[in-house]
Amino acid sequence: MSQRIVIDPITRIEGHLRVEADIQDGKVVNAYSSGTMVRLLEEILRGRDPRDAWAFVGRVCGVCTSTHSLTSVRAVEDALKITVPPNAELVRNIMFAVLYMHDHVVHFYHLHALDWVDIVNALQADPKKTAEIAQSISNYPKSSVGHFSDLKKRIKKFVDSGQLGIFANGYWGHSAYKLPPEINLIGVSHYLDALEWQKEIVKVQAIFGGKNPHPNYLVGGMACSIGLNDAAGINAERLAYVHQLLKDAKKFIEQVYIPDLLAIASFYKDWGAIGGGLGNFLSYGDLPTNGYADKSSFKFPSGVILNKDISKIHEVDLSDEGHVQEFVNNSWYDYSGGNEVGLHPWKGETKLNYDGPQPPYDNLDFNKAYSFLKTPRWKGHAMEVGPLARMVIGYAKGIPEYKEVVDSTLAKLEVPVTALFSTLGRTAARGLESILVADWALEFYDELIANIKNGDIRMANTEKFEPSTWDASCKGVGYAEAPRGALGHWIVIENQKIKNYQLVVPTTWNASPRDPKGQVSAYESALLDTPIADPENPVEILRTVHSFDPCMACSVHLYDEEGKHISQTKVV
Amino acid sequence: MVNQRPTYYEEIERKGYSRRDFLKFCSMITAYMGASQLGIAQVAEAMETTPRIPIIWLHFQECTCCSESFIRSSHPIVADILMDQISLDYTETLMAASGHQAELAKEETMKKYKGEYILCVEGTVPTAENGVYCCIGGKTAHQVLEEAAEGAKAIIAWGTCASSGCVQAAKPNPTTATPIHKIIKNKPIVRVPGCPPIGEVMAGVVVHLVTFGTLPELDGSKRPKAFYSKRVHDSCHRRPYFDAGLFVETFDDENAKKGYCLYKVGCKGPVTYNSCGIIKWNNGVSNPIQSGHGCFSCSEDDYWDNGSLYSRTTGYAGFGIESDADEVGKIALGATAVGIGAHAVATNIRKRKLISDLIDEDETQKES
Repeated sequence: MSQRIVIDPITRIEGHLRVEADIQDGKVVNAYSSGTMVRLLEEILRGRDPRDAWAFVGRVCGVCTSTHSLTSVRAVEDALKITVPPNAELVRNIMFAVLYMHDHVVHFYHLHALDWVDIVNALQADPKKTAEIAQSISNYPKSSVGHFSDLKKRIKKFVDSGQLGIFANGYWGHSAYKLPPEINLIGVSHYLDALEWQKEIVKVQAIFGGKNPHPNYLVGGMACSIGLNDAAGINAERLAYVHQLLKDAKKFIEQVYIPDLLAIASFYKDWGAIGGGLGNFLSYGDLPTNGYADKSSFKFPSGVILNKDISKIHEVDLSDEGHVQEFVNNSWYDYSGGNEVGLHPWKGETKLNYDGPQPPYDNLDFNKAYSFLKTPRWKGHAMEVGPLARMVIGYAKGIPEYKEVVDSTLAKLEVPVTALFSTLGRTAARGLESILVADWALEFYDELIANIKNGDIRMANTEKFEPSTWDASCKGVGYAEAPRGALGHWIVIENQKIKNYQLVVPTTWNASPRDPKGQVSAYESALLDTPIADPENPVEILRTVHSFDPCMACSVHLYDEEGKHISQTKVV
Repeated sequence: MVNQRPTYYEEIERKGYSRRDFLKFCSMITAYMGASQLGIAQVAEAMETTPRIPIIWLHFQECTCCSESFIRSSHPIVADILMDQISLDYTETLMAASGHQAELAKEETMKKYKGEYILCVEGTVPTAENGVYCCIGGKTAHQVLEEAAEGAKAIIAWGTCASSGCVQAAKPNPTTATPIHKIIKNKPIVRVPGCPPIGEVMAGVVVHLVTFGTLPELDGSKRPKAFYSKRVHDSCHRRPYFDAGLFVETFDDENAKKGYCLYKVGCKGPVTYNSCGIIKWNNGVSNPIQSGHGCFSCSEDDYWDNGSLYSRTTGYAGFGIESDADEVGKIALGATAVGIGAHAVATNIRKRKLISDLIDEDETQKES
């Protein structure tokens, strides 16, 4: 007999996610993932100025803030055949790199670490021993005995107050926690440091985009003109500020994030064989170094890997109607042609049809639809998207910098390459790509400076900014590798207005319900066989779900009620 | 484990301040609050005996940008707020516990601190279809809100979502996304609009509560006066260019590189009340206008439905006269306007050539 457990809300994520799982003999034998909130932004976009779309869809998510705005301006530029100046591409890359670093560090410490780090156990730590360990794994300066001693006192006072705040009712003392007290204390120390650091790195986005969260973008380029003679423009002081922040970020990643990741991972090597999931990986590719039109120049390559076979990389074609399709057979929507068919996003249609239980409810009925997420498939296959997909595809393509970080990390942890396909591998991949991105951000910066030195100070191409210059009807697609994975926006413009706008989002790929063939998506697959020591306190489920870094507002925003998603669009 | 919250005095003592420092602080606060010398003892006593404020922070239809902005605060830094100033007993974004452990933490606070805790809300509540468009723990957002509001001392509506609806409430508002004050009528509500609000503004509201033990003074629209009583236009560093009639005509033109006024490319600073020009963003690093994009009024009600980001503000009511926040707040946006032309004439009387160009532009705008 299996036992059904419900985790709702799943916390330390963006948005509203519910997981129900059947536990038998101490393992998950069946899992269901459900998105329980919907906003219907695509319906709201209909009839609006396409140049405004980035601001609307930017509000899809404030955690991966800027991702949707970037993807949106790319979609509109594709439709209007606008090429942005190199400086704008570089500024967008720098802002995107900043998002990556911010998002991955915050995910590791504030959304994921408490699945591995036992805060209360840190009270048992010996500050002297903690300082020795900290100094042996990193040259991060904040590692004295005094520092750890003070921190321990601070935690003690906090715990003794009886008000644990955000740490209340955690899984402290659970048998799944394996770290020695000293590593736990280092974890708490860097939890607090990372909380302070993350507000610094985003200042780069504020310099170019005016604010963070939700910096400003512009169809045709960026609004932040280079004004070397303007005290408030992008001048030498602003550029130096950006440079300093990027260097500091790289230092934090190298001195704090990566050593902690390796130290913690070394106590949880068994999680290198848990939570592997589908073994199918998808990346659209991103971070152009020779213009967005030249896909071969991307730092993140595109491709598909099936069944962990890294000897064969398949091509992705976003315009091919047989590649990406969405299903609604287990979602709270109806298709006019029946709910068993898959539709390409250009021909997608959606009509809300909630037939779940009336709240308050204890359980969802999994014989019926059970989520506001649709179910995307690539050529009928369920795919995992995100950092692991990107690292595996870069590795499979034999790109030297990918090979180097992956192989050296496997060697340090003394685990086989198969350990990549796991909960631990997913969490590690996020760190490894942060190392790469931190370097790339500085490359982009150097290139920006070189352009300005050469006299190129263009930041926006406004030739087609006025709607009167547009064709009466046009279509486009924008895509990006968001921190959480492959993201696509499709737009149809008619008479200067948005006729149709569609988003297929990373967490929709990963967290969606079963398709008509009964195939599970990435979350439901990865949760199978997860060991559960205590069904009342299923911290192990959180480990695997958090390893994907769920972003639910992104995955369900969605869809028009009319179901008129016609449209053909040109190829990327 | 002592099951009692440390008082403000205990907190600052722990941070190494002496009692003398503490009393000095109390006397400063007393002066700030306008109380007599007699009041110092009362303030000191309150600080010594008042425990940390428990906070329940709910998330409904939102994008979590408010939580993200809150953790961007530089003064105080959020680690200190969380560890020392408040007890954030429930927030889905950061709390360790999930599922029923998380719900239990919330219920315990609701019971134990009934009438004392502050309820923070991020996001709107969808009321269509009996509320099924946002469920948490099997309950609707509407049910969760009403339960948590009942024992709350006051409610803070973070961001434009909770304050007035924001993007999901833009036309046609398909899920009937509803702001908090339209659902909860019997509690003091502070609206802190912005998409998101500035991190230091959010921290400032919390710190005001912790330090002074009261809600900050509010305007007629229930916004803290300290942060929402000035127009972005009046605190804009590009304002002299507006007054001189010097404008960016298209993005990244020569005038943009010189930092001229962004009014003609759609800046809504003249109809927006916020602190972006004064406190600025991310510890004062920049603001949208400084970085070359016009303000698009994200702290005002219904800003998504007031025309394109890049259309001018001529259609807004209240623009062109030096109105105060309350006055503008009462005027329905989109009604007949006093145009930009009048304002420009009044302020630019010596720039006749430039102004006549500007007025021509505006006439064209009105006709189109």
